[in-house]
Amino acid sequence: MAKFECSTCGFIYDEALGCPEDGIEPGTPFSELDDSWCCLECSAPKEDFFHII
Amino acid sequence: MKKIAANDPLGHLSLANTAWVTSKKYLYLSSLALPLVPILSAYIALKSGNGAWFWLFVVFFYLIFPFIDHLMGDDPANPNEDLSAELSKDRYYVKLMYFATAMHWVAVFAMSYAVAKNGLSWGWLSILGAALSLGLANGLALVAGHELGHKVNDKGQLAAAKIILACSGYGHFTIEHNKGHHKDVATPEDPASSRLGENIYKFMLREIPGAAKRAWHLEKARLARLGKSSWSFSNEIIQPALITITAYSIIVSLFGWIMIPFLLLSAAYGWWQLTCANYTEHYGLLREKLQSGRYERCQPHHSWNSNSKASNLLLLHLQRHSDHHAHPTKPYQVLRDYDNVPTMPFGYPAMFGIAMIPPLWFALMDQRVITWANGDLNKVNISPDKKEKYKSLSLKLTGA
Repeated sequence: MAKFECSTCGFIYDEALGCPEDGIEPGTPFSELDDSWCCLECSAPKEDFFHII
Repeated sequence: MKKIAANDPLGHLSLANTAWVTSKKYLYLSSLALPLVPILSAYIALKSGNGAWFWLFVVFFYLIFPFIDHLMGDDPANPNEDLSAELSKDRYYVKLMYFATAMHWVAVFAMSYAVAKNGLSWGWLSILGAALSLGLANGLALVAGHELGHKVNDKGQLAAAKIILACSGYGHFTIEHNKGHHKDVATPEDPASSRLGENIYKFMLREIPGAAKRAWHLEKARLARLGKSSWSFSNEIIQPALITITAYSIIVSLFGWIMIPFLLLSAAYGWWQLTCANYTEHYGLLREKLQSGRYERCQPHHSWNSNSKASNLLLLHLQRHSDHHAHPTKPYQVLRDYDNVPTMPFGYPAMFGIAMIPPLWFALMDQRVITWANGDLNKVNISPDKKEKYKSLSLKLTGA
């Protein structure tokens, strides 16, 4: 399970945890997030996230 | 208010609009020319011996520029997807920012030289004009620094951001803005989002210390994660601060003690430009709090926009602010204007001038904010002590 970080605000999407509050189940790969998904914290687009682990 | 998706389909451009978008390429050269205005004014002041010339850039910015902005009208062109991709890749636009970085430091040294040349015999009023003119240039340096500081995956641009922000000693801005403001924007927690009923002077007292504290806290936390001390050369607040201290020390040693108040005032007036921008960009707008305790995502209707051609060029599309928050790393040359977003009555530079006269600002803006929230003050970022005052205005506007 990988982690992706928002290049603007530093929010981390952890695939293992998902984002239950955003309707994203734990274990959801980043690649399966909708293209319109954006950072929970600062609303930066998905393409602004980079792979960290 | 209709919400616009950040990635809504792009319209087709007419040939005339495409020509305007591409001609902007060369008009952005004005970002290099603008720091030359205070330099030119200093040159004329020295040649003529008349210190009034030091005020040229102040007069240009607040009186002449808004007039040009009004005459040039709105900027209808948004680059379509193909053109955006092409423009985004063009390194020309990045190089302009690198040159601007150098030009702004030339302006700092040139103005300092000109002031020191005649020293106190210029008279305090002329020196004040020089400090404010350089302060305005420092404000434009912060706009370029904002652009560069968002390019976190490009080491060259991040380094240039530190250098240009150091012109006015505001090197903590990149951290504070990206990780702080973009996260907390349009909430009461954000020291860089102004509240309904808050005048700009009161806002400044919350914004400047609040932003500095937030930046330090964020950088301290980052360094702790890396196992490093806050007080190290890895600290990205200390790095640009050292550039400022070094450059200002050189200027003081070259041109004398008169440079201390001069540089401090010109730096402070640069900070004030940023205060004006922060005050304008999100005045009164509020993101709703969700049941989870988190705020809703920032959307296009959470920023005040303007789309006038001249100030789009001057401020590198900063006033296409909804798109900036939707796409924080998007380069300035491809930022888009949205329909149906909160829009200022004038371009940002004129609004900065208006903000300095609070009754005029409130008269122009308060009604717009309350209409934006459909009269519901619970949906407005409002000064806690001003709620009663605005109840009657809200009732009047909604006809309840």
